[in-house]
Amino acid sequence: MKKPTGWWRWVRWVILGVVGIYFVVPMLASIWFTVQDSGHSGISFSAYAAIPGTEGFSTAIVLSLELAALTVVGTLAVTIPAMLAITLRLPRLRPWVEFLSLLPLAIPPIALVAGVRDLLQLGPDQLAGTPIGDALVSSQDPSLPWVLVVVYIVLALPFAYRSIDAGLRAIDVRTLVEAARGLGASWPTVIGRVLLPNLRSAVLGAAFLTIGLVLGEFTISSILLFETLPVWLVKISGENASESVAVSIASLLFTWALLLLVSLADRRRRTPRLEALA
Amino acid sequence: MSDVHINAAGVHLDGLVRRFGDVAALNGLDLVIQPGELIALLGPSGCGKTTALRVLAGFEHPDEGRVMVAGKDITGRPPNKRDMGMVFQAFSLFPNLTAADNVAFGLRVRGGATVVRRTRALELLELVGLGGTGNRYPHQLSGGQQQRVALARALAIEPRVLLLDEPLSALDAQVRGQLRDEIRRLQQRLGITTLFVTHDQAEALSIADRVGVMRAGNLEQIATPDELYHRPATTFVAEFVGTMNRLPATVRDASTVEVLGLARPLYGGTDDGAVLTGKAVTALVRPESITVVADEEGPALVTVRTFHGANTRLSVRMPDGQEVIADLPSPLASGLNPGTVVKVGLSEGPVLIG
Repeated sequence: MKKPTGWWRWVRWVILGVVGIYFVVPMLASIWFTVQDSGHSGISFSAYAAIPGTEGFSTAIVLSLELAALTVVGTLAVTIPAMLAITLRLPRLRPWVEFLSLLPLAIPPIALVAGVRDLLQLGPDQLAGTPIGDALVSSQDPSLPWVLVVVYIVLALPFAYRSIDAGLRAIDVRTLVEAARGLGASWPTVIGRVLLPNLRSAVLGAAFLTIGLVLGEFTISSILLFETLPVWLVKISGENASESVAVSIASLLFTWALLLLVSLADRRRRTPRLEALA
Repeated sequence: MSDVHINAAGVHLDGLVRRFGDVAALNGLDLVIQPGELIALLGPSGCGKTTALRVLAGFEHPDEGRVMVAGKDITGRPPNKRDMGMVFQAFSLFPNLTAADNVAFGLRVRGGATVVRRTRALELLELVGLGGTGNRYPHQLSGGQQQRVALARALAIEPRVLLLDEPLSALDAQVRGQLRDEIRRLQQRLGITTLFVTHDQAEALSIADRVGVMRAGNLEQIATPDELYHRPATTFVAEFVGTMNRLPATVRDASTVEVLGLARPLYGGTDDGAVLTGKAVTALVRPESITVVADEEGPALVTVRTFHGANTRLSVRMPDGQEVIADLPSPLASGLNPGTVVKVGLSEGPVLIG
């Protein structure tokens, strides 16, 4: 690719600089806000140190992490087998599944949660005493609200689908499956030893996107009255601004650390391809 | 080094029919492969040769007919229970495994100690000429090397039948030739029953014990390469295998045909010859059966000359405007450049009419 010459060389750096400032300045301002030692000169990390001891933090973060883990497992358990089935057996369904996977993006969360809430209300009302009614009631247990897991799986589908789809398109799924089956492998062996290892990037990407979505989701959990981490953050922001901002910065750093771990875990040793005789 | 132990099995594809919508990819295919034999299936795109191989492997289920191996009906068996090794057209090595682990994959599925599997895998890599590459990943191997590893992987499970689905088509010409010879050498050494699908005629004719030419889901002819080339059973086979000149001819009697003004025995010499006596027909003549010599009285003219090393191909225009293709040993084609006036003849031997 031809290197840019003349004034364009400088213009692109200006553009990058402006965009960088747009993202970095608010973050730096937030960090400064959290470490500023009010009333004294210098900096203090007391806002960060106080986080673990703040009432409700540990409960909220444990709940959010549990929901994230369950949502990742559920999303992958739904997405991967479905997409393998479409790739290998039902390619004609692909356009329909792609359309369905985009629906959660088109439906506003507020509309989604309104429908969920009406459905949950059936539990103690019309379906009281029935197995379905009892399940709807128990799915709202504040210690582990399964209803949130189900809703989050739906929300995560567009992202997981795209990530897994990209992974499947990068490998010759049909040939690998047939090669493995021809060598005597059962379907669990094919999926566990051949396909999943070659979909590692895609699976990790889908997992990361799902975790990010769950840790940042506020609307649904707040309307359904579950105190996840984002809901707790909003709650304490009115009481202790610097601490709420500190938690936001900490969760942002946690997300970056997670992304770094994903990249490191996925990186393969690459060596120069050898010139070789057949 | 312990060798691969093959219990070669005979194969019978009995009346196979496989339809895709309105199209019959296989139309009553009947094919018998003897134990230890290498059969090449040859034909144009869409003739059903790959479908036949996939039905044998278990990746397609026939609508009618049976797949018999060693006398047993395995039509309903899934592919992982058929004890067959397969090498695909597309590079099929598992990207997450090294070459040795790829070769050992089938052994791992069947159980056995890790040390034994590893030793076996390395032995097989030696067998295919890739000793020392066990720790490389597929992306670190050339295309030819990848197909060699795929071959070793297929042989590792000591299959009863080896299936090769155009394994050389993705390789360059030189590599293709080397690997083709390697496959044949191994197949003969191990005595493994093999079905080789290809669209490359030279490949099929050079590698196979017998070649089956397929058309529209069925076999047109199955014969040794020599018989297929020199005694094609149908016009389709005659024109598909190798190059064929279509020359105007006249049947003189039940056993003689006149081509290029020369009388030659009619191939087959059947009752058809008696029926066609006196009639104009089309003679099918191989380029190497055409003779060309410089002659100022002509009546033909060289229009194209293509040098192929040991042989030279000439395109010669006849007085009626027809182009005739002739293959001559290059020394005999010396001086026969475009524009040279020549005389065209025909070697002795029977002539096929179509």
